[in-house]
Amino acid sequence: MPAITLTINNDLISARQGQTLLEVAREHGIEIPTLCHLDGLEAMGGCRLCLVELQGAPRPVPSCVTKAAEGMVVTTHSDKLVEYRKMLVELLLAERTHTCSICVQNNNCELQTLAAKLGIDHVRFDYLHQQLPMDASRERFALDHNRCVLCLRCVRVCDAVEGAHTWDVRGRGSTSRIVADLDRPWGTSTSCTDCGKCVQLCPTGALFKKGATVGEMKKERSFLNRILERRRLAAQGGTP
Amino acid sequence: MSGDCCEHTLLVDDPRLKLVERAMKRLQYQPDALIEVLHTAQEAFGYLSRDLLSHVAAQLKLPESQVFGVATFYHFFTLRPKGEHSCIVCTGTACYVKGAGEILNTLEQAAGIKAGQTTADGRLSLGTARCLGNCSLAPMITIDDTVYGPEKPEGAVDKLNRLLEVPHEQG
Repeated sequence: MPAITLTINNDLISARQGQTLLEVAREHGIEIPTLCHLDGLEAMGGCRLCLVELQGAPRPVPSCVTKAAEGMVVTTHSDKLVEYRKMLVELLLAERTHTCSICVQNNNCELQTLAAKLGIDHVRFDYLHQQLPMDASRERFALDHNRCVLCLRCVRVCDAVEGAHTWDVRGRGSTSRIVADLDRPWGTSTSCTDCGKCVQLCPTGALFKKGATVGEMKKERSFLNRILERRRLAAQGGTP
Repeated sequence: MSGDCCEHTLLVDDPRLKLVERAMKRLQYQPDALIEVLHTAQEAFGYLSRDLLSHVAAQLKLPESQVFGVATFYHFFTLRPKGEHSCIVCTGTACYVKGAGEILNTLEQAAGIKAGQTTADGRLSLGTARCLGNCSLAPMITIDDTVYGPEKPEGAVDKLNRLLEVPHEQG
C-alpha cells in the first residue's frame, strides 16, 4: 500500500493512500469532533463538524470526505475552527427542541456530549421552538422529530446495512424531516423490518426504544462492524 | 394524515396513467429515470398522489421513501391537486420593496393558508413568484392569470373574496 506523508498540526505524519484526513487524524490520536460520521457507514460530510483547514484551500474542508494526499498541510484545531464548530452545534440546538432533562438519551447523547466538550454554555441564536410531531405508532420504537439532527445515520444504515431503505428525507432546508416510506406513520410501514439498527445508531434521543424513561436509553453499536466484517469475509469466499 | 385527502385509486385504463406507463417503458424502468417519470406524472395528473408515487416506486424498483424524498425536494412537484382558483403574489425585489410581504401576509390570514398551500375546500391555491416581469405594476398579484397592480392588501383580499363569493368575515 503506497504510503504518503502529510503535515497535521505541524507534525509530519505518514498515512496510507486512500485514507481520509479524519481516519489519519484519529489513527494518530488527534480528536476531531463528528456527528453524522460513523465508522462503517458511508461518509456524507453533512454535519460539517469535522471541518479542517488545508493550506492553500480557500475555505475549510470536511475531513471525513477529504482524502489525504502527499504534502498536505492540515490544521485540525484553530480559533476559527473551534468557533465554527461551536456555531454549528448551537444552530442544531436552536433549530429543534432539545430538552435534555426530559430526554431518554440524557447523559448518553452525542449532541449533548459535543456541546459540553466544545464548552457551549449558551446559544447565541434565537430558538425556533418548533413543536414537531412524535411518531409512536411502531410497536417497539418511536421517533421524536424534535430531537432529530438530520445526521442521516438511520437513512444510511437502513439502506446499506439492513437493505430495507425505510427511511429517507422529505423536503429541503429547515423543513426537512425523516420519513418512513411515503411519509406514512412508522407503524404502518411495510418496508421496515423492526431490526432497530436505526435506533441504535441515532446520536440523540430522536429514535428510541419504547419504555425507556429519562436517561435510560443506552445505545449498542458493536453490531455494525461485526455485520460488516462478516460480510467482507463472505464476499472474499471465507466462511462467515 | 394530512396527505390522505388526495388518495384515489389508480385506474388501469386512465389515459393519464397510460402516459406515465409509457414514459417508464420508454426509459426502460431505470431507477435513475425517476425525475423524468415524475415530471410526466405531474404534468399528466397535475399533482402526485400517494398511490401514483407508490406505483412509480414499485415499477422503478425504488424505495418509497426515496421517491417521496425526491417528490418533496423539488418545487415543481406537488402532492396535492391545485385549487380551483390560483392567486400568485409577486415577491420579486420591486414588489417586495413596495409591500408585497404585507399583501401576502394579509392574504395568508384571509385564506387561512400559507403560500404554496391550497385551502381545505380545494377552491384556492396561494403562491408566490420571484418577479413576474412587470415591475412597473409593483406590488402586483395575479388571480387566475389576470394581472392586478399596484395592489394593496385590502384590495387583494376584496378581489379574492369576490372571486370566491365568500363573505368577508369568513375569509
